[in-house]
Amino acid sequence: MIVTTTKGDMDDSQLEKREGTVDNENELTSWVEYWLDGELVHRSAHVTLKKMPGFAGAEVATF
Amino acid sequence: MANTQTMVTSFLGELMLGQHQLGASTIVSRTSLTAPTTDTVKAALYLASATINAATTVYTTTGEVTGTNYTAGGVTVTNATAPTSTNSSSTAGVGYWTPSASIVYTTVTLATSFDCVLIYNSTQSNKAISVHTFTAQTITAGTLTLTMPSNTTTTALLRLATT
Repeated sequence: MIVTTTKGDMDDSQLEKREGTVDNENELTSWVEYWLDGELVHRSAHVTLKKMPGFAGAEVATF
Repeated sequence: MANTQTMVTSFLGELMLGQHQLGASTIVSRTSLTAPTTDTVKAALYLASATINAATTVYTTTGEVTGTNYTAGGVTVTNATAPTSTNSSSTAGVGYWTPSASIVYTTVTLATSFDCVLIYNSTQSNKAISVHTFTAQTITAGTLTLTMPSNTTTTALLRLATT
């Protein structure tokens, strides 16, 4: 697979791949890194938002 | 039958559609009041060191990320599904809206850690809509994809609810 890197497009067989995930109540995030001779040449991330900001309920006045 | 005091559910979705104007609000004119166009919504990324929160009223370049292939102001949000509302009971309802596609920053390099996206209305003087945070990230010659939650009454990105 061809990977876009800071050195140009490279085949992933030439690179060291590292991956990780974060999964909590707010998000599911996965990231992938490609390293070349100890140098980070590509990093992408995919964040899935799970939770909307808190909100207050609305009420109408009683009279 | 009995009447029940409540804010009607349809009002919640209609607020998001700008169909009620209960004061002399100043807005950027739409093409036509009878055939309005949808405002352009954008998404900007902010550094982990920035201060973007509930007090943020408009998009700002202060604290915004910079980097290769990232344009100040961020990207346009795909918005093919209008806000809607539905009742969950005779007194409770929810108005809700979610962008209709993922927000994608393609082949960018964002070397300084960022952890926040500001959703704002670029048509209406860049007025802020919402702030969403996530684990701090950097991107190197790569792509950041923000996938939206399902557009439902309980998970939509924006929800207004009566209780």
